[in-house]
Amino acid sequence: MGSRRYVLKKVAQALLTLFFVLVFNFFLFRILPSDPVKFLTRGAGLQINAVEQQELLREFGLDKPVFPAQFIDYMGDTLRLDFGTSLTVQSGRPVLEVFTGFMWPTLLLVGVSTVTAALLGIWMGIRAGWRRGGYFDRTSMGVSLVFYSMPEFWLGMLLLILFSVNLGWFPVAGRETLGANYTGFAAFADTLNHLFLPALTLTLAYMGEYYLVMRSSLLDVLGEDFIQTARAKGVREKLVLNRHAVRNALLPTISLIALSFGFVLGGAITVEVVFSYKGLGGLTYEAIQSQDFPLLQAIFLFASAAVIFMNLLADLVYGHFDPRVQEA
Amino acid sequence: MQAPPLRPGGDPQLIAPEPPESLPELRSPRRIRWTRRRIALKRFWRQYRRSKMGMIGLAILIFFIGMAIFAVVADPSGADPSKTSGPVLSPPSREYPLGTDNFGLSVLTLVIQGSKISLLVGLTASVISMSIGATVGIVAGYRGGAIDTFLMRITDFGLVIPWLVLAIVLASIIGQSLGAIILVIGVTSWPATARLVRAQVLSIRERPYIERARALGASNRHMIWHHVLPNSMPVIFANTILTIAIAILSEAALTFLGLGDPTNPSWGSMLNTAQRFLNNAVWMAIWPGLAIFLAVMAFNLLGDGLQEALSPVLRQR
Repeated sequence: MGSRRYVLKKVAQALLTLFFVLVFNFFLFRILPSDPVKFLTRGAGLQINAVEQQELLREFGLDKPVFPAQFIDYMGDTLRLDFGTSLTVQSGRPVLEVFTGFMWPTLLLVGVSTVTAALLGIWMGIRAGWRRGGYFDRTSMGVSLVFYSMPEFWLGMLLLILFSVNLGWFPVAGRETLGANYTGFAAFADTLNHLFLPALTLTLAYMGEYYLVMRSSLLDVLGEDFIQTARAKGVREKLVLNRHAVRNALLPTISLIALSFGFVLGGAITVEVVFSYKGLGGLTYEAIQSQDFPLLQAIFLFASAAVIFMNLLADLVYGHFDPRVQEA
Repeated sequence: MQAPPLRPGGDPQLIAPEPPESLPELRSPRRIRWTRRRIALKRFWRQYRRSKMGMIGLAILIFFIGMAIFAVVADPSGADPSKTSGPVLSPPSREYPLGTDNFGLSVLTLVIQGSKISLLVGLTASVISMSIGATVGIVAGYRGGAIDTFLMRITDFGLVIPWLVLAIVLASIIGQSLGAIILVIGVTSWPATARLVRAQVLSIRERPYIERARALGASNRHMIWHHVLPNSMPVIFANTILTIAIAILSEAALTFLGLGDPTNPSWGSMLNTAQRFLNNAVWMAIWPGLAIFLAVMAFNLLGDGLQEALSPVLRQR
């Protein structure tokens, strides 16, 4: 994949950015609040006396100087994936344990929606860009603008009102039917049933963006000389589109979609809240409500790391298929 | 959108000189400058008026501005849960055209009061975001070299931070107030603007009049204030309008998650409450959401219309 130098450079850049995020995170939670102990414990609603306060100080390592001792501890803990213990949401359990339990449902939701939205958006973008200004182009432009301007969670609520509350086609909340203990195919169908509406919401919300990217990318490619050459050679229009234009236009689009995957993760927060879908979004909401800061800190780190990772992946894939960018 | 008909000799808007009006009478440079600006503005408006979508956006925006002004002037006690007298969760009626909420407050009054908050947050957060973004972009693009590299590293870093998650974290650390929400959105949304402005400045820097000004001994300060900034203004302006749309969406998301100021009714927090009454008070969910949607769409349409009117390249697309 790409020349070795290019790969190494990109990996180094990603690691550097990750380091920045770690420093930023430290700053955010340790230095910004004026009284970290009070701040870290206020969610628990604890009334603490002076002795307990000293104990907590020691436990969080806050009795040491902020720099370098606290910083080194923090970096060491983070690298060992030790994010401390959850304060309120699942009091006393290690953050990492709580976190991973909620991670997979979100990855499933975001993965399914991103792939569907990408396929639909790319297909629409190709059709619209090829016949620019045509009926299909104008319609999909309008539709994308509408979904792009809608808050995802309101779209989710509308779908919920229509399909769950009024029509009763889909369950109103949750990730699975509680207490049903389905196995095999029934469990799969149940999961799918619960996944459908949130996934549809995210798909509709992000489809428009992918459509616009694919459309403009295709328009760029259609202006290139090699398209004219292909036409001059007498290549049939359909082949000009499929073999020459789309292949070249796909690359920037896919790398942008990979990038946005990380952000969809953030966008899923409100949608998960609407559907009471127990994933990272629901967990974030609970962590906000009960001010569980060690948990929030881990969520922030994970979300940033996900974007950085997808960014790196996009760069490497791009570099592999279009070696020209390796020169830049 | 329909492309303007091309005539031989190119676009008449760009080439045909404006009627000289009373130009010869103008003596002071200041008046010449203002006349020139007025003419440019007129030309811009003629261009903008052609965009049907842009005009629709403008109309919706004027509607919301009227609503916000009304909200400021009107008696705010209609949105105060402690002074309520209406029936609880009543469906739309003559007295309550959009129904009432779980406290017996008129949803119409709440939506009107919410417009104030949304526009205020959208505008001020975008001004913050624009100021940071434009400063970073201009300094990076104009100075170049190590400063450019350094600023762009920070910008790239800002671009990879998932802004909604960062905004959530910041809002829960700083506390729940209107100012916090504005600040949070303002400081998390500038990197895209910085990128765009820098690209614009890089192209301005190569233009002949910059060379002329430098040859005449212009200082950096003069160059930035009189050449770089005015010429970047269209890009900055169109981008700001689009940023307002994003800021309104962010505000809605943050208040929906319960991170807003609890004493001010906002569209997002109304939607949060509405969640519990989806099966018996649909109107509580419909109207605030529709308001967010329309306000965001107005700014998106306006921004697109502006970009179209300001950029000849885009116009041909």
